[in-house]
Amino acid sequence: MNKELQIFAVVAFFTGLLYWGVEPFAHHEMHKKVDAKGEEIHIESHGFTYDGTTEAKALEVAVSDLEFKLSTEENATLKSSLEEKLVKAKAQQTKKANFWKEVVETAQLKGNVAQGETEFTSNCTGCHNGMGMNMGGVIPPNLDHAGSLYDKKYLVALLKDPAMASNVDHKYSDTSTHPMGSIKGALNSQQIVDIVAYLKAKKGAEPTAKQAFMEACVRCHAMRYDKVTQLGDTPKTKENIKTGHDIEAMKYAQKVAEEQAMLADYLGKLPPDLSMIIRARSEHFMETFIEDPQTQLAGTSMPRVGLSEAGYEKVHEYLSDIGDPSKPAREIVAPWVIGFFLIFTLLAYFWKKFHWRDLH
Amino acid sequence: MAKFDEKAKPFSKQWLDDRLAITTVMKVLNIEYWIPKNINFLWAMGMILAATFGMLVISGIFLLMYYVPTVEGAFDSVNYTIMTEVGYGWLWRHIHGVGASLVFLIIYIHLFTGIYYGSYKRGREMIWLSGMLLFVLFSAEAFSGYMLPWGQMSYWAGMVITNLFAGGSLEATGFVEWIRGDYVPAQAFLGRFFMLHVLLLPLVIIGGIGFHFATLRLPHVNNQDGEEIDFEASAKLWKEGKKKESQVIPFHPVFLSKDVFIMGIYFILFFYLVFYNFEFAMDPVNFDPADGLKTPAHIYPEWYFLWSYEILRPFPTDLGLIAFGIAQVIFLALPFLDRSPNVAPASRRGLFKFWFWALLLDVLVLTFMGKLPPQGIWNTIGFIAAVMFFVLWVALPFITKLEKKIEE
Repeated sequence: MNKELQIFAVVAFFTGLLYWGVEPFAHHEMHKKVDAKGEEIHIESHGFTYDGTTEAKALEVAVSDLEFKLSTEENATLKSSLEEKLVKAKAQQTKKANFWKEVVETAQLKGNVAQGETEFTSNCTGCHNGMGMNMGGVIPPNLDHAGSLYDKKYLVALLKDPAMASNVDHKYSDTSTHPMGSIKGALNSQQIVDIVAYLKAKKGAEPTAKQAFMEACVRCHAMRYDKVTQLGDTPKTKENIKTGHDIEAMKYAQKVAEEQAMLADYLGKLPPDLSMIIRARSEHFMETFIEDPQTQLAGTSMPRVGLSEAGYEKVHEYLSDIGDPSKPAREIVAPWVIGFFLIFTLLAYFWKKFHWRDLH
Repeated sequence: MAKFDEKAKPFSKQWLDDRLAITTVMKVLNIEYWIPKNINFLWAMGMILAATFGMLVISGIFLLMYYVPTVEGAFDSVNYTIMTEVGYGWLWRHIHGVGASLVFLIIYIHLFTGIYYGSYKRGREMIWLSGMLLFVLFSAEAFSGYMLPWGQMSYWAGMVITNLFAGGSLEATGFVEWIRGDYVPAQAFLGRFFMLHVLLLPLVIIGGIGFHFATLRLPHVNNQDGEEIDFEASAKLWKEGKKKESQVIPFHPVFLSKDVFIMGIYFILFFYLVFYNFEFAMDPVNFDPADGLKTPAHIYPEWYFLWSYEILRPFPTDLGLIAFGIAQVIFLALPFLDRSPNVAPASRRGLFKFWFWALLLDVLVLTFMGKLPPQGIWNTIGFIAAVMFFVLWVALPFITKLEKKIEE
């Protein structure tokens, strides 16, 4: 018996080593991000608060990478191009730092809810009207739960300069050409905090998991396993029983296709359907990517949407419900199956004992 | 027609015996199929493999009812229909996925047990060869099955592996297209691998398992000291009731009672993984639908192919392909490369002891490196491990020739 346990320990050790090597170790090495010197860059989430930290960190790495490359580059042409990039990166650093400094200052002002309501009506509802009309490439989102879904400082930043807030300013030479760019410079600091105060006070109800997804994500991402398209829930239609065709469904499919074409032109490609994303990406990737897409996928056209921690949890819940629907069933069935095999093994042990009792 | 009892009632024992010889069959295959008493739990791996294969067949049958083998329908039939709409579809899928991974873990344990105890020589060569044949068949079954969910890894692994058939400098792209039935993996490719996975390969595997069992019957199973047992004399002692003196036990019920107990422990672990820790068996990349325009950052096979993949990778194309080809078949030659007269555990066999552990570690290192990006230090380690693999096999006949005969 003792020998059996020793052999088992050897087998278990090598099996454990194998698992460590091909799972945690391999995944860490594969997804590791390194700077120009080969040192590991850790990407962390910041609890879904927004103050320019992720941009500052990314630019810091970019600047130090460029400086390192410059120190080792000998070709004069390449050197001057690196120098040019370095100047740009440093300018970007200053621009971002100043922007977020202003945002943080503005966010400290006290907002007036009643005043905010007036500002909201005259400045926002023209586009954020729930009509589902594409404007400049994308449908303006519904803001019914904006106060609870989005972070306060993010909202302030968004009203100052949408492209800067969503960290996609690299796509625009002039950020006022962003689809929501017309708001840039249109409001003073007090107006901005008034609107944010209004959103927090009057649009701050907790959304359901699906509402969170429908308001924060759906204008770009479909969810076909829940029959959700970029236009929202697919309407129920009936086929003509005599012809077998469902004309209403065809019309809807055409509308979706048209919307998708506009999105693809605006973003460069059609954003992926998110039905299985919860199984396809790690928890860490999801958190950091949604907090700031640029950290995981530099240059992506996906904007940062500014979800608050509570907002992210709601969206995550919906993604889990659709992408991993068997979770509750697994938890119910597991103890029964494992319990069965525990009893099975115990009975088998007595059976074995019985037959081996007088062999030695 | 042999003599038979005309008065026997239909389907009575006598009646069946006259026609099917069931008493004899039971004796030959069960109650007088003698197994050495001197064994440990590693001797249960064969039955555990059979049981895991059974789980794969049963879960596979359920999955087959809803799986759609088309490039448009495959991904959603697996990830939506089976996981959401079919009652307990998720359970069968997880059993199938975890089972496919575990079957290889047990195969490797079984294989290294055989190497350690010298169970492949002196009359047991055919057991080894039929076992290695099963390894090749299971590999093909696993690879074809991995294509079916039609995710990113299915598509790109299919692309990479079928490209190997171009033969490097031979540039036999026509041959690759012939295998795929298209320029890239598409409908014809999926349909072919679907057929292989659910029909042809399982049939051949079932035949292979039958053959593997048959090869065991006459040479008998080895024991943990490699002792040569006089099975007839020991069987006689057993039948006389001298159980303590006899060196053997009958397959049924004595050997089986231990097997079933170990199987119980195995299934506790199996279902723990099915319910709580299945992610290792289902690569996240494969939850992105196949996209021929988007190559994943890292393409790697499932863990059980990594060691041979790493033998392919660190060499230049042609040399890599040759090395890969040799690595696939070299284990078959083991009984003929081992020149030692001893059947004994590796621990008592001089240099072979070191050879065994070196091979095990080398295969582990190759496995680790096979998944990592082929860069920097990992590439160097992988290259050294791949070279070591061949050095070990070349050294085997020499070090075993030096081995002295162990005197009883």
